[in-house]
Amino acid sequence: MKGLLLAVAGLTAAFLSSASAADKLDPSCSGCHALVKPTDTSLDRLLTRKGPDLWFAGSEFNKDWLVSWLQDPKPIHPAGYPYFKTIKKGEKNDVPDPSKITPHPKLNKADAEAAAEALMNLKAPADLVPAGAFKGDMKGARMGALAFVKFRGCVACHQGENGQGGLSGPELTDAGTRLQPDFIAAYITDPQRFDPHIWMPTSNLKDLDIQRLTAFLVQLGQGDK
Amino acid sequence: MKMQMVAAFAGLVLLLTASTSHAEQSIEQVYGVYCVQCHGLNRNGTGINVPSLSVKPRDHTDAKSMGDSSDEELTKAITEGGLAVNKSVLMPTWGHVLSEEQIKGLVKYLRQVCKCGT
Ligand code: HEC
Ligand code: HEC
Ligand code: HEC
Repeated sequence: MKGLLLAVAGLTAAFLSSASAADKLDPSCSGCHALVKPTDTSLDRLLTRKGPDLWFAGSEFNKDWLVSWLQDPKPIHPAGYPYFKTIKKGEKNDVPDPSKITPHPKLNKADAEAAAEALMNLKAPADLVPAGAFKGDMKGARMGALAFVKFRGCVACHQGENGQGGLSGPELTDAGTRLQPDFIAAYITDPQRFDPHIWMPTSNLKDLDIQRLTAFLVQLGQGDK
Repeated sequence: MKMQMVAAFAGLVLLLTASTSHAEQSIEQVYGVYCVQCHGLNRNGTGINVPSLSVKPRDHTDAKSMGDSSDEELTKAITEGGLAVNKSVLMPTWGHVLSEEQIKGLVKYLRQVCKCGT
């Protein structure tokens, strides 16, 4: 009974803290981003969405990256977001339609710092992004690069090394500066646990593959290659 | 009385047609979210990712090549990915993302797109 009470208290506290973290953000952010885990998990929500979910942002991004990106938001999804609303038929193949891609709101330094602070408080539950999901072995990076472009086909949708790759997923050329290693490992294990209908496939990767791919992505954009 | 019956019947027909067209529309939407990225808005293998693919995605409008694949093979390719049918790994595994129902619907939809097969 006492346990239950404690659990309820804990839950309430967790709920309140994430809700108030979301409250610290400019109300405009929630017009395009889910800042609290959505209860609607239908395909329709994906179809009507205006920006990526941010309710697990504090477990996803590096804070320094957030502060600088919010002041200078260069495109992450090279074909717009969601891509299926921002492309058109081209001569040889489909191409991004610039007229449908709007630049991201830009924040000044103080606002960017405050927003980054608030976003870092939006943590994923511990079982979604387990601490230590990436075991830290960077020696697998070269094999990870091969898996990325060849054996696992990630390059079909993501720009990786030298900016080469497909356009329907977010660019990963600076994955190492943008993303937390444990998040990368957890996300590629099962993207639909984060985002039920997201158009990244789950390819039943073995842990060895996950570790190697994560090592590869962690060193992308970190300079010393 | 008769009027009411007619109205009710018309309502029913409306409901029915609305629901079937919704089912079809939603399978088209499923294709539009997951498959268009590689197979293209024209469904002929010219998606936005194509310039970086070393193997060209199947042209789903090609009656010849699509007609040669059985429903079982198409289902297997979509569910378990290209490797499961001795094709490229660049055709992903969708069994974890889509339901059996949706995959069945996609196979049926592909038969409409290629105007071929069973
Ligand atoms: C008009 C809709 C809109 C508004 C308002 C908006 N965003 Fe965004 N946001 C987007 C879109 C679309 C993207 C994807 C951009 C890209 O790929 O370049 C995005 C991307 C992001 C990302 C990177 C997420 C990722 O997964 O790649 C962050 C962080 C972010 N927004 C924070 C904010 C914050 C903080 C605010 C409020 C100050 C805000 N956004 C307001 C639409 C919006
Ligand atoms: C069919 C296209 C597709 C393929 C293939 C694919 N992805 Fe993704 N990936 C996506 C999409 C779409 C997202 C999420 C977009 C969003 O909501 O911001 C994503 C997200 C990610 C993220 C998180 C990025 C971020 O900014 O949070 C990582 C890491 C990632 N993918 C790695 C991989 C790896 C490794 C592989 C190969 C095993 C792979 N992807 C294969 C489409 C794809
Ligand atoms: C990341 C790119 C990509 C995505 C996304 C993708 N495909 Fe493919 N698909 C391919 C490629 C490449 C091939 C050709 C493989 C080969 O010929 O070796 C292919 C082949 C196929 C084939 C032919 C298989 C056979 O047995 O010959 C079917 C059917 C198919 N795709 C259906 C789909 C459907 C349905 C979807 C959406 C749920 C989809 N694909 C999404 C890349 C993709």
